Amino acid sequence: MPAIVAAGLERAFDEVLAVQGVDLQVKAGEIYGFLGPNGAGKTTTVRMLTTLLLPTGGSATVAGHDVATEAREVRASIGVALQEAALDPLMTGRELIRLQATLQGMPTAEGRRRADELLERVDLVAAADRRVGTYSGGMQRRLDLAAALVHEPRVLFLDEPTTGLDPVSRKTIWEEVRALNDGGTTVFLTTQYLEEADQLADNVAIIDRGRIVAEGTPGSLKAEIGNPHIRLALEEGSIVEAERACAGIGKLLPPVDGNTVLVEVANGAADIPLVVRALDEAGIEVGSLELVHPTLDDVFVAKTGHHLEGEGEETAEEAVEA
Amino acid sequence: MTQRLLLNLRVVRALGMRSVRQTFRRPQLMAPIVVFPTLLLAVQTGGVGAAVNLPGFPPVDSFLQFMLAGGIMQSLMLAGNSGGIAFAVEIETGFTDRLFSSPIPRSTIVLGRLVGTGALGLFASLWFLAIGLAFGVTIAGGVAGALVAIVLSTASALVFGSIGAAIALRTGSASVVQGLFPLVFVVLFLSTAFFPQDLMIEPAKTIAAYNPFSFIVDGIRDPMISGISVTETLEALLAIAGIGLFGLVLSARALRHRVRTG
Repeated sequence: MPAIVAAGLERAFDEVLAVQGVDLQVKAGEIYGFLGPNGAGKTTTVRMLTTLLLPTGGSATVAGHDVATEAREVRASIGVALQEAALDPLMTGRELIRLQATLQGMPTAEGRRRADELLERVDLVAAADRRVGTYSGGMQRRLDLAAALVHEPRVLFLDEPTTGLDPVSRKTIWEEVRALNDGGTTVFLTTQYLEEADQLADNVAIIDRGRIVAEGTPGSLKAEIGNPHIRLALEEGSIVEAERACAGIGKLLPPVDGNTVLVEVANGAADIPLVVRALDEAGIEVGSLELVHPTLDDVFVAKTGHHLEGEGEETAEEAVEA
Repeated sequence: MTQRLLLNLRVVRALGMRSVRQTFRRPQLMAPIVVFPTLLLAVQTGGVGAAVNLPGFPPVDSFLQFMLAGGIMQSLMLAGNSGGIAFAVEIETGFTDRLFSSPIPRSTIVLGRLVGTGALGLFASLWFLAIGLAFGVTIAGGVAGALVAIVLSTASALVFGSIGAAIALRTGSASVVQGLFPLVFVVLFLSTAFFPQDLMIEPAKTIAAYNPFSFIVDGIRDPMISGISVTETLEALLAIAGIGLFGLVLSARALRHRVRTG
């Protein structure tokens, strides 16, 4: 039985459709990456799947229970760590996990034992009796994760668990997610980081403006794109000339910034000399040149026409939330 | 069934205890409940204590004996407001999402908050009774009278908390709940909390006569200044029940709205 199934899932905020007919199926025991830029509808989808928000259209089941009609059963089967670590800064770490155990209906003694166990697991024993407000961002995320695990949920929702964390803390969370998944927990992970989805997910869905634009394993999605591209870092102001020079060699991809040109090439490394020659003939100075094999960002570009990372555009959902 | 009920009671107790701990750990929530009413009590008692000699003032041993109920009432209403602010902050920061995504009836989340506010009401009544006793006030109704005042105070805090919680749930905004702070004083000054009804002028006098908060404050005051009166106590209980019903209906509607809109 799939751990999560959504069929035509929709959520409207007044006249704006933030999530527009999302269909997805998450197999039990997999890590499912839900990738998209800010405001794409990731969090709204997670809030519906975790029963925090009622869908306005379509349906979804989690752990075999309908999110709209069997919300209590869904909530008993899932663990949730939301985007902003939902912690009370005035509680201690130990108090928070014990409270979570009570909320999950665990007897007091078992809740205490489980709290000790989880605090050790996420390496917070030394800070367990300190107020959460004194924790670093990474410690707060680890505590949030520990609280979500208190009842050993079958399905774990992690909404952007590493956003804003330093690389070391991010790696720690990744290791913990992998360990949980090895233990059989299904993980639904939303992220705006390509590397995170690439590293962790068995399957990925890419969402943009409330719609799923691609779904599959990271490998199969990248294979769809096929060709690698050459990434040229140029001196300022020469980007238009460089694009003109490279136009005949390969397909120009949307630029990521004002100094970089991306050229999709059919023959990989064999096309590099052509590019170098063309730029040389045009008198364009190149800072660096790199052959890049397809990434999930390329998949995103191919499906949506714009890049995933660095998107600053406000979407309908953000506009409504604002 | 019984097991589920016991589990829900455990949740309400845990959330109530958390709410009390939170208040004691956050001075800005504690100040309106204890510090402001105590200061106002001191200022009023010191400044207008001779009012007891005015014709129409009820027979009391001292102005402080009369004012204790007003101080308690102010503290209880501000406890309800503070509880609402704390609840709204939790909605803003997402802590309530943790509670809403747990397999508990969502009403237990509101009840937990109210139990916490009720406990603060109990604390406030004990605090003001202790101040009164320390400054020589005699509780006319004795221990039983003090107990009646304490029970009415605790129940009042609980129902005042329901209004704060309803507004927090409906708006999800701490600043909106905080904005009700001045309203507390309007309601208090248009009741018998600080002045005997006979010494008020119109239209305040008429408003105070029908203000349910007057019935509550009189119910708390009566055992202190003249002994337990069944009529005053019942009227206070009825007023508490009425406000409680209003608060519960508001809270239930606001909770439904929040579940629907996220």
